[in-house]
Amino acid sequence: MSKKGIADYVRETQVWKSIFRHGPPNNARNRAAVVAGNVFLHLHPIKLKKSGVQLGYTWCMGGLSFFVFLALTVTGVLLMFYYRPTAEYAFNDIIALREHVPLGIMREIHRWGAHLMVITVWLHMFRVFMTGSYKPPREFNWGVGVILLVLTLLLSFTGYLLPWDQLAIWAIAVGSNMAKATPFLGHGGPGAALAQIGDFVMVSDKNDVRFQLLAGRFVGEPALLRFYILHCVFIPLVVGVLIAIHFWRVRKDGGISAPL
Amino acid sequence: MKQFVNIVADPIYSFPITCVLYYYMLKYYKFFGSKKFAWTVTLIAIPVFLIMMADPNFYLIITWPDNIPITILIVAVSFFTWYSIHKAAINDTRQEEGEVPVEATPENREKVWCWPNLVYTEMFAIIAGTVFLIVWAIVFKAPLEEPANPTWAPNPAKAPWYFLGLQEMLVYFDPWMAGVVLPGVIVVGLIAIPYIDTNPKGNGYFCFNDRKFAISSFLFGWLVLWLYLIIVGTFLRGPNWTFYGPFEYWDFHKVVAEYNVNLSEFLWIKFLGTAMPSNILVREALGIVLSLGYMFGLPPLLAKTSFFKELISKIGMIRYYITIVLFLLMFSLPIKMVLRWAFSLKYIVALPEWELNL
Repeated sequence: MSKKGIADYVRETQVWKSIFRHGPPNNARNRAAVVAGNVFLHLHPIKLKKSGVQLGYTWCMGGLSFFVFLALTVTGVLLMFYYRPTAEYAFNDIIALREHVPLGIMREIHRWGAHLMVITVWLHMFRVFMTGSYKPPREFNWGVGVILLVLTLLLSFTGYLLPWDQLAIWAIAVGSNMAKATPFLGHGGPGAALAQIGDFVMVSDKNDVRFQLLAGRFVGEPALLRFYILHCVFIPLVVGVLIAIHFWRVRKDGGISAPL
Repeated sequence: MKQFVNIVADPIYSFPITCVLYYYMLKYYKFFGSKKFAWTVTLIAIPVFLIMMADPNFYLIITWPDNIPITILIVAVSFFTWYSIHKAAINDTRQEEGEVPVEATPENREKVWCWPNLVYTEMFAIIAGTVFLIVWAIVFKAPLEEPANPTWAPNPAKAPWYFLGLQEMLVYFDPWMAGVVLPGVIVVGLIAIPYIDTNPKGNGYFCFNDRKFAISSFLFGWLVLWLYLIIVGTFLRGPNWTFYGPFEYWDFHKVVAEYNVNLSEFLWIKFLGTAMPSNILVREALGIVLSLGYMFGLPPLLAKTSFFKELISKIGMIRYYITIVLFLLMFSLPIKMVLRWAFSLKYIVALPEWELNL
């Protein structure tokens, strides 16, 4: 046996052995154990087809989307320490975040990361389509992916309002005005006029879908709180559950697609 | 030259040009997917882009903070479109010569260990992603404008860039179509793809020959409709959502003569030379018949053509009807665009009384 390095001494301590219950991954048995015995790595199969690990085939866009989602979660939690979702404080807190907070690029990472995630998710879908990976047995997972794509856009959209600047409220005003035109459910949409009994208007600007979205008839403070909760709690939870399903099904449907 | 580009960028010209380019891209996809083509285009595009950046108006719109991601998106999508066609061309050539696709060679079917093959790739992707995000965050400040002011709307007021394709559709459709129905159709249509595309070929490898119909219709929606409209909505729409060329100054006083006419006005006033009927259903009868005919009459008629007969024999009646309805809804946009440009047509069905304009 050759001379022991410092790494070998560390590996033999009780502390190390209590965390990693197997030897270094340099033989078949330990390479299997390192993947199967780690809560993060066990999402992977122990062995997989060579075509499925090639960057030229996967473009790594699904993995990057997940990575950016995690980066956004971390920076988002850090931002929540400083940001208060009220009309009085929101804008000033954003200014403070970049002027007075040490390492004031967290908001920049969060903002650009949100855009980057939209791009990587689109490219992931593009790759999955071009390789025909939605075909049986992966039809259901494609559907889950489409829902995740929509939720990615909604996450980015709800976050757009939080800086409470001109860009924010008018972008949301333009977007939420579309909800006004929803057939039957928006007061400016086709069919809404039918839901009228005598003088009683059933779908009005005080109860239609836009009102539910904004908690008001215009983009005001209640809308800010509503978007804050949607952005920081509700949609991330749903996305988290769907990501778990998405990854689980990738494994159950036979791993990364390959020629039949 | 700049004048010429300013004129040609107008959707009236640039949309048909995009369609023609798209057609030739797929017709000569093996040439498009060659490395020679990619290098030539890149070497031409970089100096052209730099020359364009020298123009103050173009510089302004490109460097506007919220538009930076779209530049990255355009570069990324251009590269990956070429790259997927490149790989498809290689596999198609191999299959024509009787070989299997690259992904199906015995060497690539071999199983490898997840550690280190995949885990290391992921680690490098994470490091590269982190570096990219941090550099981006240091170089470019996140956009922030004046504090919110509900009493003063900026002009133009734009939605976030990924929704600008939908906002651009507002030029041709009312909000209930552009903002609610068509986005819903896109989502439902995407989910439906695996269930209506029953072609077993092309699963798990890049190709074009094996699934020409599927790939050319998906790329048409993704590149020609979705991305093209985002680019127009971002870079070429100024105050009042008026068209401005890429080198044009956003002059708030630019006046565009727009005189759009409804189909019913064409019929009653211009063609028959009478007053508009007071009964709104009679007034819009032609538009209603045309619209209903388009959505419900056309599918059974098309089913009789030889092209769709062959499709039906492969995928069955139910799948055919779902497919054709999705296609008709997708093509309603380019049809409406062409009608607007050719005849200044505003609405096919104009029922403002019911908020129902098509």
